[in-house]
Amino acid sequence: LSSFTFPFTRESGVPLSSVLPRMLTVYPQTKSYFAHWKDLSPGSPPVRKHGITIMGGVYDAVSKVDDLVGGLLTLSELHAFMLRIDPVNFKILSHCMLVVLSMLFPEDFTPQVHLAVDKFLALLALALAEKYR
Amino acid sequence: MVEWTDQERTLIANIFANLDYEDIGSKALARCLIVYPWTQRYFGGFGNLYNADAIMNNPMISAHGVKILHGLDRAVKNMDDIKNAYATLSELHSEKLHVDPDNFRLLSDCLSIVIASKMGYDFTPDLQAAWQKFLTVVVFALGRQYH
Repeated sequence: LSSFTFPFTRESGVPLSSVLPRMLTVYPQTKSYFAHWKDLSPGSPPVRKHGITIMGGVYDAVSKVDDLVGGLLTLSELHAFMLRIDPVNFKILSHCMLVVLSMLFPEDFTPQVHLAVDKFLALLALALAEKYR
Repeated sequence: MVEWTDQERTLIANIFANLDYEDIGSKALARCLIVYPWTQRYFGGFGNLYNADAIMNNPMISAHGVKILHGLDRAVKNMDDIKNAYATLSELHSEKLHVDPDNFRLLSDCLSIVIASKMGYDFTPDLQAAWQKFLTVVVFALGRQYH
């Protein structure tokens, strides 16, 4: 557990906020969820701000790791009933997070840390999709 | 047929021009075997895979990782017909090696992450997009002859 909270505690907000803009560029189909923002370019303020919100949620989930389903109940309901994001996109965003972590911490993002973070993000995605049906 | 923009061709060519096959190939395969342990099923004859350190220091795995990475050379040389360029390799993976094609995706994700760690901020979103598009095409071509 401690090996994967380490990269998160070193996050400085700014570089990890690049995860969402990166996802929109690498996986353009994800833009379909953001049609309400005219500007979806990488520097766009609402995109960056939203990226920070999402990463804040992920960081918050680290403290709930022992009961992700319970801890993420309201967020799951939000994603299931209001946002209705296809869960395949959780995998896509997770991959982008792993890529950015790998860029930010080339020495520390060892295979073991990668495994732990990947496992955590997969469980997080599962908890988030809990309320879908 | 896949359409490549000039920018994509340049970005991909640049990655290969600066690619340290020995370093990246060995790291990518080792990472895949550690992060997705079920992929070890294909490496029964490769010696000690008992733990992460053993895998990372295993010379047979390193050599094989480099070999796999060189397998991508074929795609760079035949970017306009990757599908046919990989026809025989696809048959090999299906008929002889019996590799579940989903593993190609897992390895390519690990490869992207290893390259990202090497390039840092140079691994821009545009570069990642072109690179992943390239890998997706190769992965698809490798899975094509399965039946």
